[in-house]
Amino acid sequence: MRYDAPNTPESLVHFKNKYDNFIGGEYRAPAQGEYFDNVSPVTGTVFCQVARSTKEDVDAAVAAANKAKEAWGKTSTTERSNILNKMANRMEENLEMLAVAETWENGKAVRETLNADIPLAIDHLRYFAGVIRAQEGTIGQIDDDTVAYHFHEPLGVVGQIIPWNFPILMGIWKIAPALAAGNCIVLKPAEQTPASIYKVLELVEDLLPPGVLNVVSGFGVEAGKPLAQHEGIDKVAFTGETTTGRLIMQYASENIIPVTLELGGKSPNIFFEDVMAEDDSYLDKAIEGFVMFALNQGEVCTCPSRALIQESIYDKFIERAIERVKAINVGHPLDTDTMMGAQASKEQLDKILSYLDIGKQEGAEVLVGGDAAQVDDEDRSQGYYVQPTIFKGNNKMRVFQEEIFGPVLSVTTFKTKEEAMEIANDTLYGLGAGVWSRDINTAYRFGRALQAGRVWTNCFHDYPAHAAFGGYKKSGIGRENHKMMLDHYQQTKNLLVSYSEQPKGFF
Amino acid sequence: MAVERVTATDAALELINKLTKRHGPLMFHQSGGCCDGSAPMCYPEGDFKTGNSDMYMGDIGGAPFYMSKDQFEYWKHTQLIIDVVDGRGGMFSLEGPEGKRFLTRSRVFSEEERTELEQNSPV
Repeated sequence: MRYDAPNTPESLVHFKNKYDNFIGGEYRAPAQGEYFDNVSPVTGTVFCQVARSTKEDVDAAVAAANKAKEAWGKTSTTERSNILNKMANRMEENLEMLAVAETWENGKAVRETLNADIPLAIDHLRYFAGVIRAQEGTIGQIDDDTVAYHFHEPLGVVGQIIPWNFPILMGIWKIAPALAAGNCIVLKPAEQTPASIYKVLELVEDLLPPGVLNVVSGFGVEAGKPLAQHEGIDKVAFTGETTTGRLIMQYASENIIPVTLELGGKSPNIFFEDVMAEDDSYLDKAIEGFVMFALNQGEVCTCPSRALIQESIYDKFIERAIERVKAINVGHPLDTDTMMGAQASKEQLDKILSYLDIGKQEGAEVLVGGDAAQVDDEDRSQGYYVQPTIFKGNNKMRVFQEEIFGPVLSVTTFKTKEEAMEIANDTLYGLGAGVWSRDINTAYRFGRALQAGRVWTNCFHDYPAHAAFGGYKKSGIGRENHKMMLDHYQQTKNLLVSYSEQPKGFF
Repeated sequence: MAVERVTATDAALELINKLTKRHGPLMFHQSGGCCDGSAPMCYPEGDFKTGNSDMYMGDIGGAPFYMSKDQFEYWKHTQLIIDVVDGRGGMFSLEGPEGKRFLTRSRVFSEEERTELEQNSPV
């Protein structure tokens, strides 16, 4: 079936003409009165306008958050947990609406928003609703008279800058632990996808006290930068690329505040020869794991964009894999049969095409795809579509080293485990990796030695809450998706208490 | 003429000129990684602190262009051609509000160019 396009009479989704900032519990027009057009990558046409905020708006949001932080920080964990659960319930009751909204804004296939993005966001809220209630401080008995008590306290106000590849899920990944830990938030959605988070906000805004969650939209340089530089925030969380990551650390150093950064990767997906020992459902799963590079049109920080295949099975394996890639249905994102939708923006499409060019120049062999996708229906002729593409080459080529953020896979072969390890770790990044083997010792030892924060072992692209997610090397700092993320949003208060009534005798 | 590691198209030079008039002297830093990664970022000169880990690649439109040394190791066989496309984003890069994005295109150096770069390049 195909969902009706938003803003048509039968659609589940009706975007407003204009979205204002959400500050101190109310919608406020941007101080400069300017808005920018929000374009759907499905059709390449404008579907709403969003506040184009400036420093004045960021100042107002940070002030509102600071005003709210004391009371919010003192709410009981039960109260905060209950609110997160209610937010999850509201989202669950409106799952289809949110899925269609996000698909329209981002371009991804609706089967992914229905079955992954939105359900994961809902579960994430419930996870942090759970773990915050189970979190305890610690007591250390130093000696018979002296006790060290450790309490968790919120940081205060946190700035969060959200990427465009999963506008709702990446928002919730950051919102849930920050709220659970008792912080107030100033959130800036990506300017490519600012409206989806407002659809979530409309569902949950009455659940949160004014000023606890503030949303300021706009361009990075005009709204994101003043937020990252703001003296009134106590932490910045960012998902994006390395240069901006460094700049955010630089700004944070001016205020001596912590940052968490998720900066992407070039994840290797490694297939050992024993995957083909049988022709069974495990092999089928491994082939599917190979094709996971096309999930979300490849716009995932952990896209398995390098496949390393043991030479002895290469010919047979790649034949089946190509067959499966050819079966990917690139179609209308709102059609539930569509497997791959549109790239999120025009500049993203241009960037991907520039990499298809450099790959060919470097002498990589195109095994399948290699170009923009032709779209036969007129509505989508101005949308941003790319053919799923496989290059064969070597790890020194730039298509093996840079995050293309598109449905582009670079394949190479290896002879031995040592060679596989050398290729896999020969990258600036270390976010994700995949290991496929029927031999548990190979899988375990290899996974432990890989320089990557998440090693999917006989699976790929699963993102359950309670499995820590974050990078080694240039892929960033911090771990999301796990209760340990609470530490990134909390201070530790130590009370060191003496129960002795005797002076020390020093003075 | 010496082989250049980084060049800019006329459209990029025009935009650099426009941005320089508005913001003063500029600089570029080539990004890597997620989302807007692999894109050149344009800042007011000095806004981004370069350090020992960076490499100066040359000037475009009077603005110095840098990238991380470790990233350069993987890129050094190609010339970077900075272009402009319609779009938005680019995080804190100055051209975002103009509805434009700088885009890094690339060209693989010839054998002769590579030899010359190895012998003569200051970088």
